[in-house]
Amino acid sequence: MFTGENIIQIVSGFLHWAYAQVGISALAGAIDPVISAIVMFGFISVFVMFLVWMERKVSAHMQSRIGPNRVGPFGLLQTVADAIKLTTKEDVKPVNRDKIPYFIAPIVAFVATFMGMVVIPFDKGMVVQDLNVGILYIIAITGFTVIAILTAGWSSNNKFALLGGFRSAAQIISYEVPLVLSVVPIIMITGTLSLSGIVEYQQQAGYWFIFPQIVAFIIFITSATAEANRAPFDIPEAESELIGGFHTEYSGVKFAMFFLGEYIAVVVSSAVAVTLFLGGWLPVAFLGFLHLPGFIWFLIKLVSVIYLVMAFRWTFPRLRVDQLMDFGWKVLIPLSILNILITASVWLLLYGKGAQ
Amino acid sequence: MTDLLLSQVKVGGESQFGTDEYVVNLGPQHPATHGVLRLIVKLDGETVKETVPVLGYLHRSIEKICENRTYPQCITYTDRIDYVSAMSVNYAFALATEKLMNIEAPARAQWLRMIFIELQRLASHLLWMGAFAGDIGALTPFLYGLRERERILDLFEMTCGQRLTYNYIRIGGVMIDILPDFVSKCIAFLDYFEPKIDEYEDLLTYNPIFLERTKGVGVISPEMGINAGVCGPSLRGSGIACDVRKQQPYLYYDQVKFAECIETAGDCWSRYKVRMREMRESVSIIRQSLERLEPGPIEAKMPPVLKAPLNSEIYSRIESSRGEMGVYLVGDGTAKPWKAKFRCASFSNLYVLDQLTKGWKVADIMAVLGSLDMIVPEVDR
Repeated sequence: MFTGENIIQIVSGFLHWAYAQVGISALAGAIDPVISAIVMFGFISVFVMFLVWMERKVSAHMQSRIGPNRVGPFGLLQTVADAIKLTTKEDVKPVNRDKIPYFIAPIVAFVATFMGMVVIPFDKGMVVQDLNVGILYIIAITGFTVIAILTAGWSSNNKFALLGGFRSAAQIISYEVPLVLSVVPIIMITGTLSLSGIVEYQQQAGYWFIFPQIVAFIIFITSATAEANRAPFDIPEAESELIGGFHTEYSGVKFAMFFLGEYIAVVVSSAVAVTLFLGGWLPVAFLGFLHLPGFIWFLIKLVSVIYLVMAFRWTFPRLRVDQLMDFGWKVLIPLSILNILITASVWLLLYGKGAQ
Repeated sequence: MTDLLLSQVKVGGESQFGTDEYVVNLGPQHPATHGVLRLIVKLDGETVKETVPVLGYLHRSIEKICENRTYPQCITYTDRIDYVSAMSVNYAFALATEKLMNIEAPARAQWLRMIFIELQRLASHLLWMGAFAGDIGALTPFLYGLRERERILDLFEMTCGQRLTYNYIRIGGVMIDILPDFVSKCIAFLDYFEPKIDEYEDLLTYNPIFLERTKGVGVISPEMGINAGVCGPSLRGSGIACDVRKQQPYLYYDQVKFAECIETAGDCWSRYKVRMREMRESVSIIRQSLERLEPGPIEAKMPPVLKAPLNSEIYSRIESSRGEMGVYLVGDGTAKPWKAKFRCASFSNLYVLDQLTKGWKVADIMAVLGSLDMIVPEVDR
């Protein structure tokens, strides 16, 4: 039976044998992370392509359409065709752009969100780099997107883009706060910031955190949707108001990078939600007899959460910018603080002072 | 550069740097203006200070063209005035001409006109619902609306061969009689359609975000509405009975039972509710009309060349999908109108846009514009 751990062992065994053949065994510690990062990059690119296809199919289903069905089986290769089209088309640039920021912004948007994937554990031991401050790292690194979006909005020298950039800055900064606060109760319970550690705690405890922490889960998903700029919180790129928002003036590869970045942000936040609240790679209790490897469970849960986020997008209208701020500051933040207080008191009552 | 910076420094003022208005051109090419309407919006941050519509990007001089066409030829141009609700405009012109020349269309033609105009109202409101929801960010209702509209267009195509510009309602009658299976297909459609209205209401009406975006936004007070000449569903949302079908019945609207839909709040949500309720009323009107339909001629006996009497003039009005549609004609004894003037609801409704959006956010412009149900060709003609 293949588990994530076995696969990692086999692959690393092979790699170390290969290093020995080439005579660079001494460098293994430096090369291993690079290789796993490259593997992760390949995986995420394919996975995002699948997600774009899935989003189009989900929206088509919800709108009683068929969706892409021409290229490849079930239209699966449609996104490949779109990617080829985007990479080969002319890169139209505004004449009065701010050259350097205009060039850097899409790269930052893509890299910042992709970096979040580095600490996500797909299975026990199946992680690029298991940082002991994993959650903190993810929150810090995904916060970088706001810089990219603001830069893009400013440097394209377009009024709509600038408005979109400002909206985005306000939105992402506001929703970062409830996002972090919603995670705090789990850190208090588990006493670790490492994502693998949190999953292992759920394994030992025998329950997933969604059950005691349903409020935190709802706050987390809401804020994560807002941070990924997706409907109903997609005001920075509100099509009916700001045309394309901050990426109005981007085309070709640069647009593709923003697009990819947005989807990766969805993947990262959903993956964190799965890890924190849905038991990561742990099997679903009543389906345990299936004996699927952990990373398959992880992917199943991941796709389910992403489906939820997609369903939001195709059901709800969009909030107005001031209503969005009100919702963040007046509803989500007090609610998450209250959640922290209640969790702390209950924990103290149940387990006393030295609880861990 | 330094001059520019210095010019913004207020010497001795409270703030060191002055602020400026942010002027944004929404349109003529913009996803939310439903065509080529241009809005010059002056912003203070996200807050709207002024909205100025700039018209004329779709001006085709239809009124002037009509002066050089015979009366039956003009009908073709009326299709293009409001292509989302072409049947109503067809009829508005036909009605004016008939009054001018004292022509009375036979009963069957009148009932058919009613059926088609009400079907057209359904089609127009469906498209409006989708576009309005799309304006405030919900993309799914648009496809739901178009899905049902498609079946209405199928009924039109089956009858007159066209799906957008019908040229079906002619002076003195209609173009062609309906096919034998039209009635059964129409009833099948209505049976299918009525539950669908509930589906749209489930999706939108009490959706918290939808309520948040539309309740209390863009309130037209009754006085403001009347002073600005707002009409149709937009004015009925403010609690004023102004349905021409009730006030000044034409066709056989006095012989069918239907309620005039009135809401009192005057905000975007009320205008939405009015139109949703109107759809249900239209369904009931179509059902009653189909029952009353009897065999008979579909065209009145008319002279081969239609000529209006010398120095005759007429203003007649109907309730089109968007509101009061008036046609003013002056005849000079020839086969061509000396003057043709169309009074269109979109044009007069657009007048309140600036008052409604002042002090609100950018996103509210889209909500208000959507709720007024404006069609650019009707504004520019």
